[in-house]
Amino acid sequence: MQEIWDILKNLDYSPLWISLKTGLVATVICFFLGIWTARSVMRMGKRAKAFVDGLLTLPMVLPPTVAGFFLLLIFSLRRPIGSFLYDELSIKVVQTWLGCVLAAGVISFPLMYRNARAAFEQVDIELIYAGRTLGMSERAIFWRVVLPSAGPGVVSGTILTFARALGEYGATSMLAGNIAGKTGTISQRIAMVIQNGDYQTAGLWVAIILLISFGIVVVMNIFADSKLRNVKKW
Amino acid sequence: MSLSVNIIKRLPGFTLNVSLDAEAGVTALLGASGSGKSMTLRCIAGVERPDEGSIVLDGRVLYDSKAKIDLPPQARKVGYLFQRYALFPSMTVLQNIDAGLSLEREARVRKEKHERLIERFHLQGLEHRLPRELSGGQMQRVALCRMLAGEPEAILLDEPFAALDSHLRWQMEAEVRETLAGFSGVALLVSHDRGEVYRMSKRVCVLNAGKSEPLLETQALFDHPRTLQTALITGCKNCPPAERITPETVFVPEWNAKLACAPDQAENITHVGIRAHYVAPCQAGAENALLCRVVDAADDVLSRVLTLLPEGGMNVIRAEVSKTVGDTLQIGGETWFCLPKEHIMLLKETHES
Repeated sequence: MQEIWDILKNLDYSPLWISLKTGLVATVICFFLGIWTARSVMRMGKRAKAFVDGLLTLPMVLPPTVAGFFLLLIFSLRRPIGSFLYDELSIKVVQTWLGCVLAAGVISFPLMYRNARAAFEQVDIELIYAGRTLGMSERAIFWRVVLPSAGPGVVSGTILTFARALGEYGATSMLAGNIAGKTGTISQRIAMVIQNGDYQTAGLWVAIILLISFGIVVVMNIFADSKLRNVKKW
Repeated sequence: MSLSVNIIKRLPGFTLNVSLDAEAGVTALLGASGSGKSMTLRCIAGVERPDEGSIVLDGRVLYDSKAKIDLPPQARKVGYLFQRYALFPSMTVLQNIDAGLSLEREARVRKEKHERLIERFHLQGLEHRLPRELSGGQMQRVALCRMLAGEPEAILLDEPFAALDSHLRWQMEAEVRETLAGFSGVALLVSHDRGEVYRMSKRVCVLNAGKSEPLLETQALFDHPRTLQTALITGCKNCPPAERITPETVFVPEWNAKLACAPDQAENITHVGIRAHYVAPCQAGAENALLCRVVDAADDVLSRVLTLLPEGGMNVIRAEVSKTVGDTLQIGGETWFCLPKEHIMLLKETHES
């Protein structure tokens, strides 16, 4: 017991803050981008929808390392876009915290987008029709009619997005690397200490991420329950 | 005030082909479910787009495929009453009504309008309730109020009473009738309920598997349906195939009966129709009397529905008689029934083109 306490006291907590910060920023970006994309896709024809939807969902079904590979291909300083960003705008993605956010964002984006879309699809189309015949602008219909009705689905999508972004490993390790205090997230720290045979520290970090993730899921369930009163026990 | 609709829309399974010219007052669109009634309304409101044709409201072109005009629903000034009301669930009654008034920027004007509408639709005290806290009748009033708040030039009612319990139906029907009486524009009522159509509309357009039949005065349609489909949709329960023998007689093979009918100019008739409540017991040997066996009797709320098999016939006749008359007839018994000549309708089957 004393041993664990000592480790806890002397632990470098930077991975926790880096992970939380990354998760938060990535979620905020995904939230708006995901909703906007879902809304745009809802207005597409069947074929365009199937194609764009497939493209947007890819990061969820591909191994994260594949996403990492593409991200590197784009943002490496030796590539046109990466070097342009660095030379002209002094923006560096590789081996920086920005890379953490980008990797986590790309990987968790499909969760936000798909949940938002599923929630929008559940909205009674007659509500939208009613808004239109009443002369409401498309924007007013979206913000005042569609979003409130799709609320629970959008919220659960947001929470899932945060949870996924918090634990991202594959793409992050490739794009941002594992620089202690800068890009070293919890998942990367766990992998690193295990490589060094330090199972005790690894176990602590595992416990921390378990607690956070479980907490997130429980909160989500409680929230979803209070909104969906129609769900009955089987 | 007039609404002229000429549209074609290809849908999976059938093609909607509607042409109708409605004037001020209530015009009904009558058809079985799946005949394209709601889709017609949606095209007029602009929430669905026809494949070709035109829609003109009071000289204002709402849609014209040739001229490439397709006004968005927001610009059409067409009110729509949805079957399940489509009240915005997250908004209060007042906010729902306000949704249609958002164009009026001046708060004072809006407030005055609110008060007038809320009083007119008896919604006092409910202003801050959410739709889920309202009864069916109240929801309908809010929906009506919200629709009229925008001062539409035409209104479309999609099965307005389908979601109401029967005791509320009558009351709401009366209220809607009153509202419609005070509306000076064109009102289109979609329904599959012949009684509703009969009570509420001046003219009827029958929709048959997507195809519209010529507009008729409601009374004329019910008294003299010209086609088999119209007779069926107006609730005629006896419509067997028939051949004309002389101008004033027809033969109905299914009933093995030769019937006298009123002289009629109708040509190429294929069926005859007689409404169940005109079939009545009579003396042997009377005109159009058939000896029938009572095969079944079922009590309706206020009448008794008999299933009769005429002598030598292969198919049954349905008769609706009062309970007192029905009491004297036993299942299995044989009695004479008369199919009054003046109520025999000569019908033509319309083929789907």
